[in-house]
Amino acid sequence: MTVNTELVEYISELSRLELQCGEKQDMTAQLEQIIAYMDVLNRLDTQGVEPMSHVFPVKNVLREDDVVPSQDRAALLAGAPVPDGEAFLVPKAVE
Amino acid sequence: MELTKLTALELGAAIKKGEVSVKEAAQAALDAVAAQNKELNAFITVTSERALNRAEKLQAGVKDAESPLYGVPMAIKDNICTRGVKTSCASKILGDFAPPYDASVVERLADMGAVSLGKLNMDEFAMGSTSETSFYGPVRNPWDLERAPGGSSGGAAAAVSAGLGWYAIGSDTGGSIRQPASYCGVTGMKPTYGTVSRYGLIAYASSLDQIGPLCRDAADCAAILDVLQGRDPKDGTSLDGQYGNLLGSLTGDVQGFKIGLPVDCYGDGLDGEVRASVLAAADVLRARGAEVVELSFPVMEYVVPAYYIIAAAEASSNLSRFDGVKYGWRAEGYESLDGLYRKTRTQGFGSEVKRRILLGTFVLSSGYYDAYYRKALQIKAVVKDAFDKAFHQCDMLLTPVAPATAPKLGESLSNPLQMYLSDVYTVPVNLAGLPGLSMPCGFDSKGLPIGAQLIGPHFGEGRLLNAAHAFQLDTDYHKRTPKGGDPA
Repeated sequence: MTVNTELVEYISELSRLELQCGEKQDMTAQLEQIIAYMDVLNRLDTQGVEPMSHVFPVKNVLREDDVVPSQDRAALLAGAPVPDGEAFLVPKAVE
Repeated sequence: MELTKLTALELGAAIKKGEVSVKEAAQAALDAVAAQNKELNAFITVTSERALNRAEKLQAGVKDAESPLYGVPMAIKDNICTRGVKTSCASKILGDFAPPYDASVVERLADMGAVSLGKLNMDEFAMGSTSETSFYGPVRNPWDLERAPGGSSGGAAAAVSAGLGWYAIGSDTGGSIRQPASYCGVTGMKPTYGTVSRYGLIAYASSLDQIGPLCRDAADCAAILDVLQGRDPKDGTSLDGQYGNLLGSLTGDVQGFKIGLPVDCYGDGLDGEVRASVLAAADVLRARGAEVVELSFPVMEYVVPAYYIIAAAEASSNLSRFDGVKYGWRAEGYESLDGLYRKTRTQGFGSEVKRRILLGTFVLSSGYYDAYYRKALQIKAVVKDAFDKAFHQCDMLLTPVAPATAPKLGESLSNPLQMYLSDVYTVPVNLAGLPGLSMPCGFDSKGLPIGAQLIGPHFGEGRLLNAAHAFQLDTDYHKRTPKGGDPA
């Protein structure tokens, strides 16, 4: 697996991160090293092994649909960088 | 009585008997924090006034208190939400964010009668093995200030080790409680996945994260887990179980316990002094009546890559919520919504966090998903299966916690892959959702603490704590304190 700057640019774009020039080169080299090491997994034949996302066979956890108070809006907005009285403010997203 | 040298249970008993007031205990801890935190950098936020007010209020309830830990001051890792108290995850991107609610574990501790001294430093978003990636600067190891305390719960381990509070609440995604406990000479436990609510724990890798205690000894860990464990409807992965009475069932009797030594954990890459100390711990348990057997655990070479693929994948998804809109800090000088996201995330995350987000985005991206992410989930099943086989041959496993003792500050930052590899003994426990305990088992020739790890089957906390308690009845490694920790 080769990791080049084009690939790092592509995944940075998906991650909404902008790497500066030197940072991009360092990251490319480090990711190349890390991903090369991860290829050790190919030594183990896992054909037929079911991928495991959860160690306990717990499925469809259901609960009663009880109405409980939700968080206080003013308290939630107080933690935001730019709130107004009732919403999070961001630059205009649709024309 | 040297208050800061007591265990949490000893202090709790002294408070109950009226020998010490809750406020005196809180003041003693705050004095220790004032004297040492500048050097150790274990705390990000110290809530002195809150702690003293709370201590005063609690004093009236001492007589009727049910918990043996009532009134005992402690501190909380900074990735666990505390209402009205800054919770930063040691990241710039959360700014001075003060959550509008308490994590479920914080509620449980408050109901029990805990006094919080503040919030503990850590690796940014719990991503790191040395507590050096914090936006608030590195934590130092109380045993040697030039060395790292381990991570990511490094502030928690350093604080407990140096006497800045009697216990701490940390989180463990790949060893983040056990490894710093080992480097700082304290006892720490990552419980079975699903037994402690994660509601209010800022997520790193949700399928692996678990909250647990860092303490002076195994008995304290048992007492705290009795408070922390239990089903929580607010956490969908929380499990029903028989909780409570871990402390009550500590007998120190390990007669007939079968302890497995996985030979694959004692091979190349393990420091000789660490190996000798951990094997000597097996001898102590054998002398108390346990049977020690060697067995094979043939999946060790796959655990680190599988862990980092899964953890990074989940991190890339979990950390997408940090975008400068809903909480914390926002960059300046953006022109569009997309620009706001990019600028905030680029300037708000440190480089280790960016590395893991990028790695996670890569392993989940189209064309690579099957080769990396799906493969890692298959390896997870293989690791779980290997543990199941091991627990047919023994009751618990004894391994090192880390391949070596605490590294010098700065050594790990230059080589991320090297740092990842040092997590080899702790990550398999998270992949399989098992309980794991780290206990001090010796010191190397540099005077640095060495830790031994006990791993049990799901819900096996009771036996692990009993084995650790038995070990601590016959040894005094857990009682030693760093020089800097001696009150003047």
